[in-house]
Amino acid sequence: MCRVVDLQQAVLAKNDATADALRAELAGRGTTVVNLLSSPGSGKTALLERELLLAREGGVPVAALTADLATENDAKRLARSGVPVKQVLTDGLCHLEAGMLARHLEGWLPDGTRLLFVENVGNLVCPASYDLGEALRVVFASVTEGEDKPLKYPTAFGLAHLVVVTKTDIAAAVEFDEAAFRAHVEQVNPGVEVVMTSARRGEGAGALLDRAMAVADGGAVHAPVMGRPQNDHHHHEAASESHPQPHSQPHAHTQAAVRPVESSRLFGAVPGVVAHSRP
Amino acid sequence: MHEMSIALAVVGQVEEAAARAGGVTAVTSVRLKVGELAGVVPDALSFCFELACAGTVLEGAELVTESVPGRAHCASCADDWAVGMPPQLCCPVCGEATAGLLSGRELRIADVHWEDGPARERTREPISEER
Ligand SMILES: Nc1nc2c(ncn2[C@@H]2O[C@H](COP(=O)(O)OP(=O)(O)OP(=O)(O)O)[C@@H](O)[C@H]2O)c(=O)[nH]1
Ligand SMILES: [Mg+2]
Ligand SMILES: [Zn+2]
Ligand SMILES: [Zn+2]
Repeated sequence: MCRVVDLQQAVLAKNDATADALRAELAGRGTTVVNLLSSPGSGKTALLERELLLAREGGVPVAALTADLATENDAKRLARSGVPVKQVLTDGLCHLEAGMLARHLEGWLPDGTRLLFVENVGNLVCPASYDLGEALRVVFASVTEGEDKPLKYPTAFGLAHLVVVTKTDIAAAVEFDEAAFRAHVEQVNPGVEVVMTSARRGEGAGALLDRAMAVADGGAVHAPVMGRPQNDHHHHEAASESHPQPHSQPHAHTQAAVRPVESSRLFGAVPGVVAHSRP
Repeated sequence: MHEMSIALAVVGQVEEAAARAGGVTAVTSVRLKVGELAGVVPDALSFCFELACAGTVLEGAELVTESVPGRAHCASCADDWAVGMPPQLCCPVCGEATAGLLSGRELRIADVHWEDGPARERTREPISEER
């Protein structure tokens, strides 16, 4: 018999539930997660190296986890700061998911870690859809990438709590138009802060650490328009939408209670993730 | 390409729903609502969906993606507008940043068509709303 089952389930419900659980668990341990997103080569590792060093000098317990498709280069660079660093190799997967992060933190994340920086896979599309349990999501763009990046990747920039411009030391050479960039960010994410940095010259040094500490101390976080819960007069519409009814009897409605997850099949089904801890 | 992860999540959730219902012999179609701002490419998703269905009760199922346009509402001046792509999320009337999205971020399984054999006689499922 043919049935139409009205599921109404968010596709990423499992990742979102895992992320919420991780956020709560880490908050209980006093750890705040900062998720760093950018296209490949924007300068995430270079800036993070400096911020980790500043944290260490300032006596703030921080740790960093970096995800790449291949090589441990980033972990090696970050580990020079002397803070705990872990490399995750995603083996072809273009983004981190909350369950993967949770598994990599197990048995590794040092007690008393105040800030955990997660350098996501260099990619502005896929990681944007996956909440990792972070309290602060930071999107990077280098001055060489063009002022229209925020318009080309609206989901990534639209969900950022903070936008970091990198490589300002070469802004003049590439004729970076800061005002245009800021206007484009404002268009997709009104009110979000944009900070200018150069890992090379030290402009904006400490800004990332500073903003992360403010959040860890319970400070207010920017609420992107795109990230606010969707206003719900459409929710009920879901119940009144007419189904295509070619063969809809009997018409069974299963209510879609999405249960909390421990082991999502999703994670079992993606290519194996190899992790290497570094001292 | 995270469309594969998305496709696997869809297949996993439909499999679970089918297992809960019991007696499902084949899933013939899955209807997805994909918001303009969901960050998902429907064509890539269809391709991955076919692969993800292989060897499951969804084998051969059709993926119907319904695109949902992005709309926002301004709390200051009560203006409603289509945000477009790339989206304009500042209110075009008063310029305020007090908007909220009404739609456009959804990535949701709407409904599923499946066949269940008469073989397994089950107690009737509670029906939440009949229409
Ligand atoms: N001029 C200049 N170059 C920089 C700066 N920061 C990074 N770079 C250079 O940009 C390149 C990429 O920097 P990374 O820090 O590896 O960038 P990333 O975002 O971590 O790259 P992936 O992890 O591969 O996505 C390197 O050649 C860096 O030397 C900067 O502030 N100024
Ligand atoms: Mg890097
Ligand atoms: Zn991807
Ligand atoms: Zn307005």
